[in-house]
Amino acid sequence: MATAQTRAAARLMAAPAVLLLLAWMVIPLGMTLYFSTLRYNLLMPGMEVFVGFENYEFFVTDPAFWIAFQNTLVMVGSILVITVGGGILLALLLDQPIWGQGVVRLMVIAPFFVMPVVSALVWKNLLMHPVNGLFAWLARSAGFTPIDWLSQVPLLSIIMIVSWQWLPFATLILLTALQSLDREQQEAAEMDGAGPGSRFWYLTLPHLSRAITVVILIQTIFLLSVFAEILVTTGGGPGNATTTITYLVYVQALLQFDVGGASAGGVIAIILANIVAIFLIRSIGRNLDR
Amino acid sequence: MGKIELRAVRKAFEATEVIPDLDLDIEDGEFAVFVGPSGCGKSTLLRLIAGLEDVTSGRIDIDGRDMTRVAPAKRKLAMVFQSYALYPHMTVRRNIGFPLKMAGLDRAAIDRKVEDAARILNLTPYLERRPGELSGGQRQRVAIGRAIVREPAAFLFDEPLSNLDAALRVNMRLEISELHQKLGTTMVYVTHDQVEAMTMADKIVVLNAGRIEQVGSPIELYSRPANRFVAAFIGSPKMNLIDGREAERQGAAAIGVRPEHIRVSRDEGAWKGTVTVVEHLGSDTFLHVDVPGVTSINARTPGEYGIKPGEPVWLTPEEGRIHRFDREGRAL
Ligand SMILES: Nc1ncnc2c1ncn2[C@@H]1O[C@H](COP(=O)(O)OP(=O)(O)OP(=O)(O)O)[C@@H](O)[C@H]1O
Ligand SMILES: [Mg+2]
Repeated sequence: MATAQTRAAARLMAAPAVLLLLAWMVIPLGMTLYFSTLRYNLLMPGMEVFVGFENYEFFVTDPAFWIAFQNTLVMVGSILVITVGGGILLALLLDQPIWGQGVVRLMVIAPFFVMPVVSALVWKNLLMHPVNGLFAWLARSAGFTPIDWLSQVPLLSIIMIVSWQWLPFATLILLTALQSLDREQQEAAEMDGAGPGSRFWYLTLPHLSRAITVVILIQTIFLLSVFAEILVTTGGGPGNATTTITYLVYVQALLQFDVGGASAGGVIAIILANIVAIFLIRSIGRNLDR
Repeated sequence: MGKIELRAVRKAFEATEVIPDLDLDIEDGEFAVFVGPSGCGKSTLLRLIAGLEDVTSGRIDIDGRDMTRVAPAKRKLAMVFQSYALYPHMTVRRNIGFPLKMAGLDRAAIDRKVEDAARILNLTPYLERRPGELSGGQRQRVAIGRAIVREPAAFLFDEPLSNLDAALRVNMRLEISELHQKLGTTMVYVTHDQVEAMTMADKIVVLNAGRIEQVGSPIELYSRPANRFVAAFIGSPKMNLIDGREAERQGAAAIGVRPEHIRVSRDEGAWKGTVTVVEHLGSDTFLHVDVPGVTSINARTPGEYGIKPGEPVWLTPEEGRIHRFDREGRAL
């Protein structure tokens, strides 16, 4: 019974929360916008002057920016491909009635509960270390020269680490979607002469499209801001090889003490994230309407 | 073209035996209906024929060829599921064309066959819609269309009408019967509704706990039920079954009389009782009568019969229409 009074009352009641949330978002955003137009370096306090778009110009013309931009796209894109592809495979496997299903499922999900810093350190020191790492040991046992993952293929290493973290999320979402696939539909397709491959392509994949969309949208949001894994493993290097936009903003602000430049970088990151979001919603968001 | 023979077919799910040991012949072009109470193994039997379940032992021949271990797609059977099992993201056109596409036909041939099927089933206006945008009856027809285009040796239906409302069910029943007339293809139809079985079948197979109780034409089952189970299951409303002294007097463990074979009178007859409930259907009146020493008996009188609950009434079973059963429930 949403009469005029109850609706007005509802608005009144919700107002404090809405205002608080608005303040929470608008004040930092406003300050970032404001700082991004100042020459504002922490090493020279009290010298702030308005410089208009100079910070933006400076950030965008920095050669590191374009490298970071590329790195971000490559990293996010690769991780999405790996987690969605691997997630579908794992979900298909986990959906089979196997012995010890519960334990296996739990183990597959476990990486998601490991803190990013911890998992990055584990990968760095236990797996990828050129001397003590498991991979190096495996390579030596097979008679190859071990590679120094983090300095020879740094971006690939980051992609592997972050994919490992996000694979469980994708698997979990896709598995639940897979379990809601109608059995009679599968049987009907079987009687219609569709083999396992055709059934996957014509039934399972379309059925999963909504879940895949959800995975891509959610992961993109989080992957654009991957930071801890880069900080504790490669530190953005060697050179700029693993510097992403997020990491570049951090470098600008906290290593070069350039708050103005970092704010401008942050605003640019927001704009880029929105462009990606619009692009994603346009291209795959319609899967959600069905 | 579509003769189905089951020989000593047995099916067990791990320890539970669902179908103990079953022989059955379904002739080419026949409309066979499996009927029985819920959980008696009708669907299981149909799925065995379809190949969706493997037989535990025994043999299934289709068209004289052993199909026991043949994959479902290779048995040349088409199935219509209770949930329709349409592919939700495909249009009606693609749904109906799917088996043809899987068979590797070219676009033009698929389109032609799909449009033919759509015409038969009055689906032409809906070809570009998705299943979600169709009514229950239309979805049902799409499922049938998907079965027709394959030109199968036999159609298998698993309770295809149970999701439809009563009026639509009567309509679809007729449509499926007409389809059978037109195509002349063998149809195996599962239902727990004995009215559907009686109206559609050439041959009814009454199942109970995985066993065949009786096989025969609707009229055979109606007039000569082989046992108490069939007698009670076939016919609506149910046959009155009477045991005790009244049955002994007739030399049987139990006797059965259908409501339509009882004469009702206000002043004379075999059994005197009191009316408890009167059901007026217009065309008939059903009287539920409490007869002391017998049981509660349901009797039909044609047209209107002006009587009220609590009033006395006389009932007389028609001679020659009384079914007699022995102690094991077999007909005498
Ligand atoms: N996959 C299975 N595993 C174990 N038992 C099963 C399985 N499928 C069916 N059953 C059992 O087999 C018996 C027959 O089932 P079935 O589905 O054939 O019954 P039905 O006659 O079709 O009933 P309904 O009219 O309710 O559809 C039931 O007792 C059921 O519990
Ligand atoms: Mg069933």
